[in-house]
Amino acid sequence: MSALLRFESVALRRGGRLLFDGLDLELGAGKALQVAGPNGSGKSSLIRLAAGLLRAEQGQVERSQLAMADDALPLDRELTLKRALNFWRGDVDVAMERLGLSHLAQVPVRLLSSGQRKRASLSRLAASGAPLWLLDEPLNALDADGAERLGRLIADHRTSGGAVLAASHQPLAGDWQRLELRA
Amino acid sequence: MIGALIARDVRRGFAGAAWLPIAFFLLVAALVPFAVGPDAQLLARIAPGALWIAALTAALLPIERLIEPDRADGVLDQLALHGLAEESVAFAKIAAHWLTFAPLLLVAAVPASALLAMDGAALARAETALAIGTPALAALAVCVAAMTAGVPRAGSLAGLLLLPLAVPLLIFAVADAWLLEAAVSLLLTAGAPFVVGAAIRAART
Repeated sequence: MSALLRFESVALRRGGRLLFDGLDLELGAGKALQVAGPNGSGKSSLIRLAAGLLRAEQGQVERSQLAMADDALPLDRELTLKRALNFWRGDVDVAMERLGLSHLAQVPVRLLSSGQRKRASLSRLAASGAPLWLLDEPLNALDADGAERLGRLIADHRTSGGAVLAASHQPLAGDWQRLELRA
Repeated sequence: MIGALIARDVRRGFAGAAWLPIAFFLLVAALVPFAVGPDAQLLARIAPGALWIAALTAALLPIERLIEPDRADGVLDQLALHGLAEESVAFAKIAAHWLTFAPLLLVAAVPASALLAMDGAALARAETALAIGTPALAALAVCVAAMTAGVPRAGSLAGLLLLPLAVPLLIFAVADAWLLEAAVSLLLTAGAPFVVGAAIRAART
């Protein structure tokens, strides 16, 4: 499979409502696609479908190894940030450095602010080494510095052959293809 | 990854409220002499059943923290993305819960047996029955936790689901029918990961 993510005539229904159908998309190495649309249009569902956490009603989804970051924080709140991130393995030190979290390595996760938690979630993604990144509202809770660091992280990931699919209602920095979903 | 998940859940169990079900177990055992009176012969006769009722009700206490926190925090999703089957996650959860629940329960059965006027032989039989049955209790607790994850007032619902499922175990355990108890325990423990896996997947839709 040359594409890191491919949808072929995909339809998704949730709660009895058809979110989209006949959706085709292909994401190759170095590519980035932003999924936009109003609340409830199915952006997050598309991300979860791409991750394999939801099943398409129709069509085929092919995916490579991937990592996903959304608004959930899958880190043990009682552990220090570094120890909590180590559970998920990968190059945690470098990822924390890239997101500006190194000075918080020994701070318990429960004491982090919402913006720091978002950075922690993104550093788990960056440490994963997966070629395909799935981001659900990646700018939520990030300040200007966090958004800039994320932009650099994504650019480097794409340069090294990775691909990114992001659902966001905010504009993302850089060169993104765009898919607009309707409510 | 399974080993890391078991170690994580055991650590979280002991760091959290692993002592709470055990304290509850002892409290229920301590209430029995107040309820039926100090007649030692009567206490010794009902002791095995009383111990099991205490164990079953104690098993209900940790249910809300077995699956729901990891579902809400996206841990279950991330484990799936790391290639871990939901059934493997369930196995790890059951093993970790058994490790945090059963050894403490077996130790607590010793003072509980004194409260219930049990002699050494009766205690040995009760400990054997608990050792055989606790894997099934842990499996049932994780099953019910998965089936009620995200449901409002899951704690109340958990009792209604778990206690009837534990009846065969209870019958064979108090009758000292250890082979039959072991068979039931094995069936419940072996089947639970598939039930939990299906429940985790269903909760995502």
